[in-house]
Amino acid sequence: MRRLSWFNATSLTLGFAFLYLPMVILIVYSFNDSKLVTVWAGFSTRWYGELFRNESFLDAAWVTLQVAVLSSTIATVLGTMAAWVLVRMGRFLGRTLFSGMIYAPLVMPEVITGLSLLLLFIGIGLDRGVLTIVLAHTTFSMCYVSVVVSSRLVSFDRSLEEAALDLGCTGWQAFRLVTLPIIAPAVISGWLLAFTLSLDDLVIASFTAGPSATTLPIKIFSAVRLGVSPEINALSTIMIAIVTVGVISASLISKRAVAQQRAEERAAERPA
Amino acid sequence: MRRTLIIAVPYLWLLALFLVPFGIVLKISLSDIALAIPPYTPTLDPAAGWAGLRDFLGRLDFENFAFLASDDLYWKAYLSSLQIAVISTLLTLLVGYPIAYAMAQAQDEWRPTLIMLVILPFWTSFLIRVYSWMGILSTEGYLNQLLLWTGLISEPLAILNTNVAVYIGIVYTYLPFMILPIYAVLEKLDGALLEAAEDLGCSRLQAFWLITIPLSRSGIIAGCFLVFIPAIGEFVIPSLLGGSGTLMIGKVLWEEFFSNRDWPVASAVAVVLLLILIIPIILFQRNEQKQREAEG
Repeated sequence: MRRLSWFNATSLTLGFAFLYLPMVILIVYSFNDSKLVTVWAGFSTRWYGELFRNESFLDAAWVTLQVAVLSSTIATVLGTMAAWVLVRMGRFLGRTLFSGMIYAPLVMPEVITGLSLLLLFIGIGLDRGVLTIVLAHTTFSMCYVSVVVSSRLVSFDRSLEEAALDLGCTGWQAFRLVTLPIIAPAVISGWLLAFTLSLDDLVIASFTAGPSATTLPIKIFSAVRLGVSPEINALSTIMIAIVTVGVISASLISKRAVAQQRAEERAAERPA
Repeated sequence: MRRTLIIAVPYLWLLALFLVPFGIVLKISLSDIALAIPPYTPTLDPAAGWAGLRDFLGRLDFENFAFLASDDLYWKAYLSSLQIAVISTLLTLLVGYPIAYAMAQAQDEWRPTLIMLVILPFWTSFLIRVYSWMGILSTEGYLNQLLLWTGLISEPLAILNTNVAVYIGIVYTYLPFMILPIYAVLEKLDGALLEAAEDLGCSRLQAFWLITIPLSRSGIIAGCFLVFIPAIGEFVIPSLLGGSGTLMIGKVLWEEFFSNRDWPVASAVAVVLLLILIIPIILFQRNEQKQREAEG
C-alpha cells in the first residue's frame, strides 16, 4: 500500500480546488440577497423566485428539454445502427466515407457545423424552429453515441449470439434478447451523453434556432454577455444540482449492476 | 435486404445532414455577396438545364479567399487563434500532468472516486463553467477582492476581457481531456522500471525525466491534441472571457455571419479553418493508431 507523497497530495488538492471552486462560488452567490453579485448581502432565495416567475426562461427550458429528449433518442437509435454497421457489417461500398462521416463531426468546430446546417436549412426552405435544432443535434450526437456503442460491440462475445441463432432465434430476436441487453449500459451512456450534449449546446443551436424557438443556453448566453447576473447564478445552481444527482446516481446504479452480475457469475460457477 | 436498410438509414442521414451541408458551405465560399434572398450569387436555376449549370459554375471564383488573404484581420485572427490554442494547451499540460500523475499514484480504492471527480465537471454545462469565471475575474470580482484584502495588490487587476482570461477559461474547461489520457498511460506504468533506475543510481527526478515522461508520451500527445483541436475554433470562451482585443477565428466567423451578414466570406473563413485543422487531426489519428498497435 503506497501512501501519497506530499507533492502528490498537494497537486490533487490544488487541482480539484481549481476544478470545483468556481462552481462552489457560483452556488454560494446564487443565495446572495444583493443585486450586485460580487457583494455579499445576506442569505436569500429571492433570485430563485424571480427565476420561476420569469416566463421566458421557463419557455426556453421547455424547448431545451423537448429538443434534448427527441434528439438524444433519435441519435441513440441511429448511433447504435451506425456502430453496428462499423463493427459488424464488414466491407461495403463507401465504408471509408461512412466511418469518416462518423468521426469528422467529433473534431469539427461547432461554428462550422452550425453554419453548414443553417445554410442547408435555408437552401431547402425549412423554417427554423424546434425541428431544425433536433435535426442538428441528432446529427452530431449520433456520432458520439456510435463511438461509445462501437467500443462495447468490439469486445462483445459473438458466440452468445451464435448460440441464440442455433437455438432457433431469428436475427432480430437474437439482437433484442441477447445483444441488446448486453450492450445496454453502453447504449444508455450514449443516450445520456447525447442528452447532455444537446442540453449544453449553444453554438449549433444559435445557428439553427429561429425566432420561434429559443433554448436555455441561447437565453443564458444573451443574458451573461453583459456581465454576471444573480438570476443566471440561480439557474446555474439548479442545473449543476440536477447533473450532480444524475451522474452520481447513474454511477451508483451501474456499480450495483456490476456487483450483481459478479454475484450471479459466482453462483453459476458453484457446482450444483 | 435488412443489411442494406441498416447501412442505408444512418448513411443517408449523415450524407444529408453532414456532407451535403458542407458541400453547400464550399459552394457559397466560392460565391459573391449580393443584396438578395439568399444573400449571395449565383444561385443554381434547375430550370435552365445544362446551360444553366455551366453558367453557374462559370460564375464561381476564389475571390473570397483572395479577400481573406489580402485583409490582415483574417490572417491575424488565424494566427492568434493558433497562438492562443498552443499557449493554453501547454498550460493545460502543466496543470494536468501533476494531477494525472498523483491520481496514478493514489491508492487503488481511491481511484474510481478521483476519476469520477475529474469527469463530473465535463457533464456540467460548458457555458456555466465558462460563465463561473466571469464573477471571479472581473475588476470587482472575487479574485481581486481577495488579492486587495491580502494586500498583495493595491489596484484591482484587469484580467477579465484579456487573453489571460481566455487562457484560464480554456485550461479550466478542457482540463479533463488532458488528465484522462495521461492518467490512462501512467496507470499502466510498471513501477519496477523506476525502482531499477533508482537502483542504478538515478535520482527520483532523473528517473521521472528519463522514464516516466518518455513512457507517458502517447498520453501527453493525445491529451494535447484533445485540447488543441477544439481550442482553435472556440467561440464561447473568447466571447465571454476575452476582450475586444482577443482575436479568435470562431468569433470572427460568428460575427461575419450574424453581424455583417456576409455569408460567402463566413463560408470561406470556415473552409480555411477546416484546412488548418486537417493537419493536427491527421497527426492525432496517427498517434491513436500507433498506440493501438503498441497495445495490440
